[in-house]
Amino acid sequence: MIFLSNLVNGISLGSIYAVIALGYTMVYGIAKMLNFAHGDVIMVGAYVAFCAMQYWGLPPAAALLIAMAVCTVLGITIESLAYRPLRQAASLAVLITAIGMSYLLQNLALLIWGANPKSFPSSMIVLPTLSLFGGGLTISGVTLVAILANLLIMLVLTTFINRTKMGKAMRCVSEDRGAAELMGINVNRTISATFAIGSALAAIAGVLLCSAYPVLMPTTGSMPGIKAFTAAVFGGIGSIPGAMIGGILLGVIEILGKAYISTELGDAIVFAVLIIVLLFRPTGLLGRQVREKV
Amino acid sequence: MSMLEINDIHVFYGAIHAIKGVSFRVEEHEIVTLIGANGAGKSTILNTVAGLLKPRSGQILFEGKNINSVPANRMVGLGMALCPEGRRIFQQMTVRENLEMGGYSRPAGEIDGSVADVFQRFPRLKEREKQIAGTLSGGEQQMLAMARALMSKPRLMMLDEPSMGLAPILVEQIFDIIRELHAAGTTILLVEQNAQMALSVADRAYVLETGTISMSGEAKALLEDDNVRKAYLGS
Ligand SMILES: Nc1ncnc2c1ncn2[C@@H]1O[C@H](COP(=O)(O)OP(=O)(O)O)[C@@H](O)[C@H]1O
Ligand SMILES: [Mg+2]
Repeated sequence: MIFLSNLVNGISLGSIYAVIALGYTMVYGIAKMLNFAHGDVIMVGAYVAFCAMQYWGLPPAAALLIAMAVCTVLGITIESLAYRPLRQAASLAVLITAIGMSYLLQNLALLIWGANPKSFPSSMIVLPTLSLFGGGLTISGVTLVAILANLLIMLVLTTFINRTKMGKAMRCVSEDRGAAELMGINVNRTISATFAIGSALAAIAGVLLCSAYPVLMPTTGSMPGIKAFTAAVFGGIGSIPGAMIGGILLGVIEILGKAYISTELGDAIVFAVLIIVLLFRPTGLLGRQVREKV
Repeated sequence: MSMLEINDIHVFYGAIHAIKGVSFRVEEHEIVTLIGANGAGKSTILNTVAGLLKPRSGQILFEGKNINSVPANRMVGLGMALCPEGRRIFQQMTVRENLEMGGYSRPAGEIDGSVADVFQRFPRLKEREKQIAGTLSGGEQQMLAMARALMSKPRLMMLDEPSMGLAPILVEQIFDIIRELHAAGTTILLVEQNAQMALSVADRAYVLETGTISMSGEAKALLEDDNVRKAYLGS
């Protein structure tokens, strides 16, 4: 029963990683860059939701929507101001800009919200707890919501990519930017939309994360960001199902590793597994095999 | 007014001066071909007309309108399409999705009809409608690339080495299709290394040598020209 409980918690944490990993993987697949500021967009989303609930007294659902809106605008702004001018530049320049953007966001957060950790008002989020096996296994509402949210997001996103005009345009830009332009696709607008979606998902992940782990600091986003990036690479960066599988596996490995091997080494185990997988499958679990790369 | 008029364009790749003052024109309903050795600058010219590259100087007029600063993604809406070198179909999409992307600039309601029209011209593609494009044979991929370009209903169709890497029988087929498109009223700008085929289908031709036009005239006349025969027709 304890194992089952750990497993569910691992899947739940992994679902949050998966939602973050989607942002990395979509931006990588379509804009061909690693947006290292993505983790910090999560943090901004969490702070905005925090303010909405704590200071403005809004209900959690409204707070989530506001956080998503703010992060969407933030993502589009970051892309157009910092990354778009570097579209033709070497990828190293883009990478360093992204790292700089990450520090910029962290320091802005420090300026606005201060260095003291904020306690995320997760008690405002009232969700029913699921009790199974006559009370032998209880699953908290947040755990459940994270898993369901991940499944729903994956479903909506896959449909969007496969069925809508913008989704198809994203797949074209991902494959061949020049050919996409010849079709009449506005590449800048498509990349903007990719950042918008990734950042809105980051806001969702931020709220989920802080509901489960309610300590909020300017650096709150960086570790989950790095782990989600790992998850994206693990699953095969550029692949949407890969982000989901990589995220969930990573969450499960982390929780089980902490529970059964060592609490301190939990994160080390995660990265060790990544290294081993990449030794045998350099493209990640689903890299290459999956056609639906975006 | 010419359909396409290029006036003294210069195109660079960084410090490399690839096109050094090229001028030519394409009249409505013509087939014009641009021939030249590998590396002469043929693709550079087509990519510049399509807006993927920008000339450092000179003018490009399409139906009398200067399109120097029009972004590449707007060109298709103006009525021109480029079927690029190496096909550049979307390998991971299905045949049908590729065609739909070709019609990206057109109203959604017209796409199904156009796909049906294109399938009539390319029955082979209809059989492969749901197949992932990357799994098609080379000839089929070339057909798909041309069909995709046709989906935008271009008045000017630019083709960059459509016969490249294809078996002779397929080359014949490709040139038959070019003749059919022309007969249906499409103006064609054709780039080829296969000078024999290109000159026999074209009305007029320009010979490109390292970024400049060295010769031009009626395609038939060039086909007879001794210098052209020696340099490009192997006799
Ligand atoms: N992306 C590029 N970067 C630098 N030089 C290029 C690039 N593409 C083409 N060139 C150079 O420009 C010249 C013309 O190339 P291209 O237009 O591809 O010739 P063609 O299509 O006639 O074979 C060649 O010397 C080629 O090496
Ligand atoms: Mg070429």
